Amino acid sequence: MTTSTKDALVLECETGNYHTFCPISCVSWLYQKIEDSFFLVIGTKTCGYFLQNALGVMIFAEPRYAMAELEEADISAQLNDYKELKRLCLQIKKDRNPSVIFWIGTCTTEIIKTDLEGIAPRLEAEIGIPIVVARANGLDYAFTQGEDTVLAALVQSCPNLPPSALTAKTSDSLPTVAAPSTAFIQNLLQWPLTTASSAGQASLAPTKDAKKHPPLVLFGSVPTTVVNQLTVDLNKQGIHISGWIPARRYSELPELGPEVYVCGVHPYLSRTATALMRRKECKLINAPFPIGPDGTRAWIEKICQTFDIKPQGLAEREAAIWEKLEDYLELVRGKSVFFMGDNVLEVSLARFLIRCGMTVYEIGIPYIDKRFQASELALLEQTCREMKVMMPRIVEKPDNYHQIQRIRELMPDLAITGMAHANPLEARGISTKWSVEFTFAQIHGFTNARDILELVTRPLRRNSSLSELGWTTFVREVSPKAIDAQVIDADGVATETANGAFTSA
Amino acid sequence: MKLCYWMYSGPAHIGTLRVASSFKNVHAIMHAPLGDDYFNVLRSMLERERDFTPMTASIVDRHVLARGSQEKVVDNITRKDTEDVPDLILVTPTCTSSILQEDLQNFVNRAFLDSKADVLLADVNHYRVTELQAADRTFEQVVHFYLDKAKKNPAWQIKKTSRPSINILGMFTLGFHNQHDTRELRRLFKELGIDVNVVLPEGGSAHDIQHLANAWLNVVPYREIGLMTARYLEEEWGMPYTTTIPMGLVDTAQFIREVFSNLRRFSQDSVNGEVRLKSVEEVEDYIDNQTRFVSQAGWFSRSIDCQNLTGKKVVVFGDATHAASMTKILSREMGIRVACAGTYCKNESDWFREQVHGYCDEMLITDDHTQVGDLIARLEPAAIFGTQMERHIGKRLEIPCGVISAPVHIQNFPLGFRPFLGYEGTNQIADLVYNSFTLGMEDHLLEIFGGHDTKEVIEKSLSTTDGVEWAPDGRAELQKVPGFVRGKIKRNTEKFAKEQGIQKITIEVMYAAKESVGA
Repeated sequence: MTTSTKDALVLECETGNYHTFCPISCVSWLYQKIEDSFFLVIGTKTCGYFLQNALGVMIFAEPRYAMAELEEADISAQLNDYKELKRLCLQIKKDRNPSVIFWIGTCTTEIIKTDLEGIAPRLEAEIGIPIVVARANGLDYAFTQGEDTVLAALVQSCPNLPPSALTAKTSDSLPTVAAPSTAFIQNLLQWPLTTASSAGQASLAPTKDAKKHPPLVLFGSVPTTVVNQLTVDLNKQGIHISGWIPARRYSELPELGPEVYVCGVHPYLSRTATALMRRKECKLINAPFPIGPDGTRAWIEKICQTFDIKPQGLAEREAAIWEKLEDYLELVRGKSVFFMGDNVLEVSLARFLIRCGMTVYEIGIPYIDKRFQASELALLEQTCREMKVMMPRIVEKPDNYHQIQRIRELMPDLAITGMAHANPLEARGISTKWSVEFTFAQIHGFTNARDILELVTRPLRRNSSLSELGWTTFVREVSPKAIDAQVIDADGVATETANGAFTSA
Repeated sequence: MKLCYWMYSGPAHIGTLRVASSFKNVHAIMHAPLGDDYFNVLRSMLERERDFTPMTASIVDRHVLARGSQEKVVDNITRKDTEDVPDLILVTPTCTSSILQEDLQNFVNRAFLDSKADVLLADVNHYRVTELQAADRTFEQVVHFYLDKAKKNPAWQIKKTSRPSINILGMFTLGFHNQHDTRELRRLFKELGIDVNVVLPEGGSAHDIQHLANAWLNVVPYREIGLMTARYLEEEWGMPYTTTIPMGLVDTAQFIREVFSNLRRFSQDSVNGEVRLKSVEEVEDYIDNQTRFVSQAGWFSRSIDCQNLTGKKVVVFGDATHAASMTKILSREMGIRVACAGTYCKNESDWFREQVHGYCDEMLITDDHTQVGDLIARLEPAAIFGTQMERHIGKRLEIPCGVISAPVHIQNFPLGFRPFLGYEGTNQIADLVYNSFTLGMEDHLLEIFGGHDTKEVIEKSLSTTDGVEWAPDGRAELQKVPGFVRGKIKRNTEKFAKEQGIQKITIEVMYAAKESVGA
């Protein structure tokens, strides 16, 4: 592998033999985000065991998600899918009475070709609860892309913004389209509800005399705290956010239409972006993602630019944040990092870490939509040039085995990796950080930049606090023959101790 | 379809992979869609495994669905064959990919032609068997395969060991305290002058299988895995096996007697009693010494402290092995009343009933955790001995719970030595039981003197709020902060506000405080 500085980014594709979580994982954060929802994952025991185990989610009380576990009779089509789903959904309605039920299709429903989209409208009418169908399967998607499938499905449920609503003062003339008028009335009815339920956001309305701009809807699931933080920063520029997909409640979904501008906060939402543009004719603002102070500034600038607003004090704000990060920056400057690829946040995180003064050897990533990530990729290139470091190699659908060979060769100071490889790499003297932590931690906006570095520097700080011990690797390099010799050893205690002994570097 | 929130045992392929990755130098190839390979996370995280889990997922994606997976599976097998040089490559589908009804056996046969390693397709029905049943079956399949292979080798023959020896069957990765149990059993056999021939699958290799029949006897410490293999070895190779589980003082003694009666029979039949075995008296002396003087558990039951546990009502639930043994220990060794004993291993229901009969008031055999929860709520026991799920149920009902069985949790992989089997196991179990209750003596004294703390905590907050006021939006945001750090964030934000001369803490002030101090 060549590590010389290249002039442009190179994207490669490997075998795809890599480990990542199943896209149904998104249920674990989306059910918390959409407070009046219920998520029904239609799949096998394999899916269910994943949800309960790999994410470390032990169920204390009955949560607002469950499995519809497919049994042999379902697979061999002896049972009627419609009747079965109806029975389960009526049970859910009785037990939990949610405002919406999400059906999460899995690989199994894809393979046995369950017509979830066909069944949903009929059942919806029968049980009186809206049903949203998303196909978060591992045949087509990786880990975080599960959220993308759910949000793309949710776009359909958003009410339409009548084309003339914004300039309604002159709208004595009848609306040209029949359908939106009912939606408009619905929205009027919902409006007081929306404002009343967002009591905590009272002071978040634009403080200055906001310049009138077309409605802006943001998409991507982030905790309410992050919603508020991004809102505060946009408000400072006189920008008002009309709504979020997903909203805290299903009933609070924003209106969408050709006049609405949309902008994403996660790099993995390319299908949602496409759905917004194709189905609702929204205008997409293609910006870098608000991760790290540099990304957040670029994101806000791009939105301002779209609305022809001159950003105020943004450079100063970014500078102030960087200044506060200095204690962490000292730790990471000049260090190298290797992304094995897991959650599609890799490009944005790598760009931020390069800006922090790190070198990125490789950005493994499950999937990259070059159009949706165009601004982010451009910012990455620009950052590399400005920081005068090598362009990282971007490897789509990586091969974990090959990556580990490369890690052994490059010996990066840090590998950001999935949970399966963290312990074995640590045992071989490579510091690691779990990539999933960046999925679950609050990393967006100016305020949380510190939290990203808190995560990144933790293994480095751990190393320095344990460095005096002088132990760096914890595996023996043994030949297969030596292993065999160890096996038949009647003295169990002695074998145990030998296996557990440290190997010093 | 079944509405399902949680399950006691996993899907079949997890059992297969647990067996495969327990062997040394065996690689598993999983034919599955992206994300189904989370077994490597379980193993790496729970067992804190230093080595990469020997498992590769041959990913089924749209492309593969359209073209068939033969090429990819075969490629992955041959690739692993050259990269890792394993002895055996075990191929398994998952619930999902088994529906594709591809002829995996054919792929395996084709790959076998080109590879140095043996290649085997795990033969389990992914919709009919549980994780544990699949593990049992896969283990038997691998043993069967290698003994058949050995049989074909003219140079191979069974050489019974000259000294008395046993095999331990059924220790495997992600098992409940299996590693500790292995070490305790090895120690026990060493003290009894019996050699441990082979331990499988954990830590053994495919080459060890051909030596299995050299031992005199097979020991199957758990009901759930190893039994099928032991039965096969009995039928095909005439090797007897033990059925008593060496857990608790009474059953450990019974187990030792069972081992010796088998060894003695073998010694008389095959080596004409020429080999020196401990005599019946010596064995009984050993048992008595261990029971009354070495193990502390027997004495503990008679100590004054344990008296307060007499007649306390408990519920036991877990896998068949641990639940049955715990029920017997609690009931006959500690004098505790088992109001209900239950297991989620439905396939072992007959055995379980027979084991706990007479030691409990009622039985529950179900794999539905809500039934267990309802039962516990109805019986209101003083303590529960169950799985992690019962621990959660107990938390909600404020009933203490000692964890005695899988499904496992990171807490079930202690670094220290904590066996459940053998004499050291009895100590561990006694500790667990004692610590699960409100401590015996303490409980008694609490009743006499009326409680620990009679004064209520008056002031919970140590921060003073003079001159700083919280705006409603700031207060609302503060409420969103998780409880355990809320106090710290409140203090830091107020400190920041005072330093800055801010009177009212709004949501913006909160964020500014966070940015400034990293609160």
